[in-house]
Formats: sequence, structure tokens, C-alpha cells
Amino acid sequence: MKMLWDLFFSFFKVGLFTFGGGAAMLPLLQAEFVERRKWVTDSELMDFYSIGQCTPGIIAINTATFVGYKKQGKIGAIAATLGIVTPSIIIILLVASILSKYMHNPYVIHAFAGIRIVVVALILDAVVRLWKQGVKGRFGWGMFALSLLLLVAAGLSPVMIVIVAGVAGYAFQLYLRRKRS
Amino acid sequence: MIYALLFWEFFKIGLTAIGGGMVTIPFLLDLADKYDWYTKGELMDMIAISESTPGPIGVNMATYAGYNTAGIWGGIVATLGLVLPSLVVIILIAKYLFAKEEGGFLRQALFGIRPAVLALILFAGWELARLSLINWQSVLIAIVSFGLIRWLKWHPIVYICLAAVIGIVFEL
Repeated sequence: MKMLWDLFFSFFKVGLFTFGGGAAMLPLLQAEFVERRKWVTDSELMDFYSIGQCTPGIIAINTATFVGYKKQGKIGAIAATLGIVTPSIIIILLVASILSKYMHNPYVIHAFAGIRIVVVALILDAVVRLWKQGVKGRFGWGMFALSLLLLVAAGLSPVMIVIVAGVAGYAFQLYLRRKRS
Repeated sequence: MIYALLFWEFFKIGLTAIGGGMVTIPFLLDLADKYDWYTKGELMDMIAISESTPGPIGVNMATYAGYNTAGIWGGIVATLGLVLPSLVVIILIAKYLFAKEEGGFLRQALFGIRPAVLALILFAGWELARLSLINWQSVLIAIVSFGLIRWLKWHPIVYICLAAVIGIVFEL
């Protein structure tokens, strides 16, 4: 029981002090779980993190689930995940309920008009950052163009596109392997 | 049953949004098209607030979108829906991983998913840009802030706060 509480509380702390998730979380995870508590090693953490990047769901949650599972099995995974999610729920609900009262204030309206412009730049920045590890070779470019086409011309939903792209990626890798052998 | 629908929609996002918080944006945009839960403009506010508050962006956005749709319980239900697929998938993978095997299928599927996801985010960015880049001033601000973001690599909060000030001063 003590261990479950420790898992919940230490991930609660990580959730509370991470701004941005994903890569921003890595140094905090290292300090808390590798150095302070010695629950996982550096290389284990890197493994969890990189698998978390390529499995469904938010990377932060995936990493929490891994560490929790390693320490205490399924219940540990649940405790760690709830721990990392709880600060978000509390803070966002608080901010959202306060903000919704002031959404008609002219200053708030102007501020968000400015903010919405920067959000576009931030999204574009995310695309540029993810491009290097995400798009490899002619197949990557082709897949990117095809997805854009399916999205714009065929109006396919994002869920469908991910499924199609996943199957295509798998088939391409199989083809490469067969060609090699 | 709005809660069941919220849970199901965010469960699907948790299952298919591979690669982190920003990847959920196109899926959230899709929900804005499909239901009248929140507008695309409100989605942009949610993105900005999720980047400026503690916690993983993806989780913050799910809580916010759920709250906008159905209040406090909506926020909680949406977040749990987003989290559940991760929990199940990772526990399954963890079993194999700790037995020294690797999830080969996902790794190969990822070869196609990563470029596709980038196309999704780029298109979502385009759709949102059409809403907020409405005159030459806003286009200029977007270009300059993109340059600063790439060049200085400061935390997004800095640019979001600066943009709020610019918005108030120039009455955007």
C-alpha cells in the first residue's frame, strides 16, 4: 500500500511540475525515479520513453504506466497513471471555470486574439521538430503527401488515416525484408 | 448520454493519437467539426492554456475539451477515456518487454504513421490559421513569432504571454 501511495504521489509531483509534457518531462523523471528513488535505471527510462513515443496515447502517460507496472504490476501502473493525470485535471478545471466567467471581458478577448496567432506558429514549430525523426526517405515523403491528399480530397477522418498509414508502413517494412532475404 | 459519448470519443483519440500531446490536435479539430461541443476558436484557446499550465499537454487538452462539453464530470470522463488505451496497451507491452521481447508490429507500422501524423497536424494548423490569420498584421505576427520560436527555443509560455500583451495593446 505504501508503495502504491509513493507511486501516485511521485507521479503527481512530476505532473505538477512539468510544463509541456513529452520531452520536457524527461529531466524530471530522471531526477525523481533514477537518482532519488532508484526505481529504474537510466537506460530503462530511455527504453520506456522511446516505446512510449511509438505506442498509442500520450507519452507522459505511457512512461508513467511503464514505471508503475515495473514496481507494482497492474495496480502500480494504474496508481502511477492516476498520479500524473490528477494535477492536470485539478488545474485545468480550476483555470477553465475561472476563465469561462471572463470570456466576455474585452481585455481577455484581445489577449486571446493575440494568443490564437501564436498557437498557429507553435503548431508549425511542432511539425518542424517532429519532421526529422518522423519522415524518412522517399516512402516517408510519399506517405506524408498521400495522407494530406486523403485528408483534403477524400475528407477521411484522422483515425482512418492513422490506420491506413499504419498498415502501409507495416506492409512496406515486410516488403523491404522480403527483398533483402 | 453525453458522458458515454465523450468517453468513447476520447478513448478513440487515446488509441490513435501516436506520438504525444500535439498529435491530439487534429483529432480534437475533428470533434469540433463533428459535434457542437466547442468551436475551433475555443480549441485554439484550449491549446494555449494547455501549453501554459502544468501537466502533459494532451491530458490538459482532454480535460479542457471535456469541461467545455459537459462541465467538471465531462473533464474527468474525457481524461479517463484518453488514458485508458495507454494503460491497457502499455501493460500488454510491458509484459513482453520485461520478458525481453519487443513490440515489432508497432515499430513497423510507425514507419507509415509518423509521416501521416505530421500531415494531420500540418492540416490542422492550416485550418486554425484560416481562423486567426485574418489580416496582414496577424500574418506578420505569426511569421515573426514562428521565427523567434525556431531561433530562441524558449518555452511556449513566453510567446503565449507576449502574444496576450500584444493582443491587448494593439486591440487585435
